[in-house]
Amino acid sequence: MNWFHAHQLARRARLAQGLLWLVGTVLLIAFFRVQVLSSSRYRVRSELNRMRSVPIPAPRGLITDRNGVVLAENEPGYSVGLLAPSVDSLRASIKRIAPLLRLSARDAEDAERAFRRTPYRPAPLRRDASFDLVSALEERRVVMPGLVIQAEPRRRYPFGSLAAHVVGYVAEITEQELGAGTVSGARPGLLVGRDGLEREYDDRLRGKDGERFLEVDALGRSVREAEMGQRLEPEQGESIRTTIDIDLQRYVAESFPEGMRGAVMVMDPATGEMLALYSSPAYDPNTFIGGVDPEVWSRLSQAADFPLLNRAIQARYPPASPWKLVVAAMAMHRGLVDLGSHMPIPCRGGLQYYNRYFRCWKLQGHGDLTLAEAIQYSCDVYFYQLGLKLQLNHLLADASHLGLRDRSGIDLPNEIRPLFPASTEYYNQRYGPRGWTNAVTLNLAIGQGENSQTLANMVAFYTMLANPDGRAPAPHLVVAGDPPTRSLGLSPVQLAGLREALVEVVESGTAVGARVAELRIGGKTGTAQNAHGADHGWFIAFAPADSPRVVVGAVVEFAEHGSRIAPMVNRIIARHLLGPTLPPLTAADYQVVLPDDSAPEPVPILPDTIGRIIRDGSPRPR
Amino acid sequence: MAPRGLDSRTLLTVGALAALGLATLYSAGQTDVPTEIADIWQKQLGWIVLATAAGAVVYRVSPRLLEWATPFVYGLAVVLLILTLLVGTGAGTAAGTRSWLAFGGTRIGQPAELAKLATILMLARHLAGRRRPPQTLVELLPACVIVGVPFLLVGLQPDLGSAIVFLGILFAVLFWVGVPLRLLVLLGSPVISLLLAFSTWSWGIWIVAITLVLLWARPYVVEGLVVWLGNVLMGTIALELWRGLAPYQQNRLLSFLNPEIDPRATGWNIIQSKVAIGSGGLLGKGFLEGTQKALAFLPAQHTDFIFSVLAEELGFLGVVVTLALFAALLLLLMRIAREAMDPFSSVLVFGIAGLLFTHVVENVGMTIGLMPITGIPLPFFSYGGSFLLVSFVAVAMSLRVAREARSPYTGT
Repeated sequence: MNWFHAHQLARRARLAQGLLWLVGTVLLIAFFRVQVLSSSRYRVRSELNRMRSVPIPAPRGLITDRNGVVLAENEPGYSVGLLAPSVDSLRASIKRIAPLLRLSARDAEDAERAFRRTPYRPAPLRRDASFDLVSALEERRVVMPGLVIQAEPRRRYPFGSLAAHVVGYVAEITEQELGAGTVSGARPGLLVGRDGLEREYDDRLRGKDGERFLEVDALGRSVREAEMGQRLEPEQGESIRTTIDIDLQRYVAESFPEGMRGAVMVMDPATGEMLALYSSPAYDPNTFIGGVDPEVWSRLSQAADFPLLNRAIQARYPPASPWKLVVAAMAMHRGLVDLGSHMPIPCRGGLQYYNRYFRCWKLQGHGDLTLAEAIQYSCDVYFYQLGLKLQLNHLLADASHLGLRDRSGIDLPNEIRPLFPASTEYYNQRYGPRGWTNAVTLNLAIGQGENSQTLANMVAFYTMLANPDGRAPAPHLVVAGDPPTRSLGLSPVQLAGLREALVEVVESGTAVGARVAELRIGGKTGTAQNAHGADHGWFIAFAPADSPRVVVGAVVEFAEHGSRIAPMVNRIIARHLLGPTLPPLTAADYQVVLPDDSAPEPVPILPDTIGRIIRDGSPRPR
Repeated sequence: MAPRGLDSRTLLTVGALAALGLATLYSAGQTDVPTEIADIWQKQLGWIVLATAAGAVVYRVSPRLLEWATPFVYGLAVVLLILTLLVGTGAGTAAGTRSWLAFGGTRIGQPAELAKLATILMLARHLAGRRRPPQTLVELLPACVIVGVPFLLVGLQPDLGSAIVFLGILFAVLFWVGVPLRLLVLLGSPVISLLLAFSTWSWGIWIVAITLVLLWARPYVVEGLVVWLGNVLMGTIALELWRGLAPYQQNRLLSFLNPEIDPRATGWNIIQSKVAIGSGGLLGKGFLEGTQKALAFLPAQHTDFIFSVLAEELGFLGVVVTLALFAALLLLLMRIAREAMDPFSSVLVFGIAGLLFTHVVENVGMTIGLMPITGIPLPFFSYGGSFLLVSFVAVAMSLRVAREARSPYTGT
C-alpha cells in the first residue's frame, strides 16, 4: 500500500480538512462567546480599565454666627494624590516623590492603606500642599506618572480658639469609619466633623463630592481628562447659621479669668437660643487642618486641663447652692411652702438630725428666715428642713420630672448626663437597704451628696425660672428642639417672687459685689465642694429680673466661691443688654471675697460637739 | 508579468494576510504614551521586502535541489541551535532565555525558526524515501529522532512554545504519510499522560484506557510495553518535570488553567487580552481606536498578542475574516500537497501547513484563553524577522511545488 497514492492522499486531505474545520469552529465559537455574547461585560471592563474616577471634594457649608459673621469657612488648598497600577508601583512612586513632599514613613503607609482600599482612586499623599509645592510638582509631572493634583478646599476657622467648642473641627475620616461604612459618601481623605457643630451637623455641612474621570494607561500614567462630559460638579454643603453672637462670645472669652478652667453659657430664655458658649481652656481648631500632627494631638488630648473638653456639657459639678432654687420650686409646686413660709427651727448655725449635726455655712446662724430670705442668704439650715418636709422620694421624682437627670438636649455632640439618683433604690444598691438614712435628704436639699450637674442642665433649669410660664425651651445653637414639655408648675406670681428673691441675692445677698447699677439682675451663687482642691464656683443669673431676656450660667473650677465669678457674669449680662459701653460695676471685679456659702461636712454628735462648735467655731477634726 | 504556473490564489491569500498583519502591527504601535514599538511596522515592512526577495530566490529552486540540500540545511540548523544554547541571548518578553543568536552584540536571528523548516525538510526527505508508511513504533523511531533533536535543543533554551510546534509538525507529517491513527495515539499518549499526571484520578483512568487500547490494537509486545511504561514513567516524573520548569513557565500554565488566580501577575495577560477581544464586540472599536491597545493594557501587543489588537479594533467580523484567510491558506496548501508531483514535495508542503496551523491555533487560542501562553508568533502578523522570513520562504517552496504540479515539463 503506497501512501503516495491520489486516493489515499485525498482521504487524508479530507480528514485534515475536517480537523481544520473543527478547530476553526471551536475558535470561532470561543470568539463569538467573548465578542458577541459577553461583549458588554468586557466593554464595561475595558472602560473601567482606562477610567479612574477622581473625586472632586465638595466644599463644606459655612458656619456663621447669628449676624452672618463667618465662623468656619473654606480657603483654596491643594491635595496631592497618586494613581498607581499596583502597590509596588505606588511604593516606588512614593519613594521618588517623598523628599519633595517631605513624607514620613507613616504617610507612605497611610497612602498604601488607602490604595489597598480603593485601588482605582488616587491615594492621598498631602492635603495641604502649598502653591509653591504644587508648582514644583507640576514641573516634574512628566517624570512622575500618576500624580493627581487638585484643588481641594481647606477648612479655616477665622476666630480660632474663640468658638472652638461651638464650631468644633474637622479631620480626615479614619480607617475604622471607612470600614464600618457609617458615613455616607465615605472615601479616603474625606473630611468629617469631629466635634462641635461640625460633627453635629456633619451630614448637612458635608455636601456631595463631584467626580471627574481621568483616562490612564496600564502603568497608571494619567493620559488625559476623559472627554464625554462625564464630569460631575461637587455640591457645596449646606451653610449653617448659628445662634451665637460672635461679639458677645469674644466678650465672654475675654472676660473669663485668664488661665482658669470652666465654662460660660449665655442663652435667650424665650427661645433657647445660645448666644454664647465658651469653655476654657480652648484649643485652636485650625491646628487640625491638613491632618493632625501626632505631637499636637497628644499634647491636646493628654493635657492636664483637657482643652478638648467642652466644660459646659461634658463636665459635671456638684450643683451646690444654685440647687436650692430647685428644692424651693419643688416645694412650692407641691404647695408645702410659699415665699413667706418659715421653718420650725430657726438657723443657729446648724441643725441636729438624729446623731449628726448639719451645719450652715454661716457659723453665727441666720436666725428665723422666710423662704425668700433663705434664698437670699443661701441658708443651709432652712433648706435642710425644707428637704425633709419635701421628703426624699418627692425630691428624687421631681428632679427627674424637671429633667435634671437628662441631657439638656443642646445640639452638640457628646453631651453627658447629670448624675442624680432615680429613686431610693439607688441608695439601697449602693449602701445596702439598711446602710443609709434619711439624712441623705439633707445633703440633696442643698445641692450636695449624690448629685452632679452639667452647666447646661443648670442653665436650663434657671431658664424655667426666668420664663413667665415656667417652661424652658431646649437650648440650641442651630435648630430649635421640640417645644418644652416640662414645667415648674408654678404660677407667674410665684415665679416672680422667686426671681425677686434672686434679685435680692445680687442686690444684698451672697453676690452683692456683682451688682450692676442700671440693671436688675437675679442670680444665685454656689460653691461646689471639691475633694481635689479648691472649690468650684457657680453663678447663674438672669436679667432683667421682671422679664428676663437673657440667662447666663458660669462655672469656674477652683474659683473657691461663686461670688468671685458673679461680677464676670453680670458684666456679660450688661454687655448683652446694655451694649458695648459698659456701665460701671458697683464693686471692683474680683476683689470681693464673700464667705463660703457651702455647708461644711456634717459632724457626728458626741457629748461635747455642740459646745465645741460654739466655743471653737469648728468641730474637732475627725 | 506573472510567471507561468504561479498559484495566484495562494499568493493573494498570503499577500492579504501580510497586508492585514502589517496594518495591525502599525496600529499596535499607536499608543497614547509613545513607546519604542511605535515605528516597528517600518522595520517589519523592511523584513517583508527582504522575505519576499528570499521567497523569490527560493521559488527558483527546484524541489530536487531542495531535497539534495536538506541534510545540509538540517545539519546547519542543529549546529546553530547548539551554538545558540552556548552563546545565545534573550530578547524582548523572553529576555531570560537563550533563543537569539548574536554576533558582536547584534542579534541576527532565532535559529529555532530555521530549525522548524529544516525539520520539515528532513522529515520529508526521510519519509518520502519510504514506500510504505511506518507501521510500527520502531519504524517511527528515525522520524522521532529527526524531530527530537531540535525539539530538545529548543526546549533547553527554554522555549516551550517552539518546542510544541515541533510536535505539531511531527504529528502532521506522520499523519500525512499514512501512519495509522492508533499508532499516533499511542505515540502521543505519554504527552497526555504527562498532562494528566497532576490529577491522580484522571491519570488512573487514562492508564486504564491506554491499557485497553494496547490490548485491542495488539502491537508488538515490546512496543506495547514501551508505550505503557512510557505512560507510567511520564505520570511519575511529571511532578519532577514541573519543578524543573522555569517559574514563568509554571505561571503561564497555571494562569492558563485559571487566569483569575492573580490577575495582577500571571493571569494579567490573558485577562487583559480577553477584555480587549471582548470589548471589541461584533464590529470592533475601529482601526487605530482600540483603548486596551492604546493604553498599553495589552502585553506584547506587537508580537504574541497582536491578534488581540486586531480583535479589539476590527471586532468579531475582523476575527472571522482573518481566520477565514488562514483557513483558506491552509486549504490551498493542503491541495498543493495533495496534487504534488513527488512524495518529498507533498510531505514538505503538508508539513508547512502543519507548521502554520500549529502557530495559528496556538497563538489565537492563547489570546482567548483556550491555549496556554507560550509566546509563539502569529504567522504574517507578529513582529519578528526570523519567523517572517521562514514563513515567506516556506510559502515560496509551496508555490514552487504547486508550479511543478501544474506545468510538470517546465521544471528546472
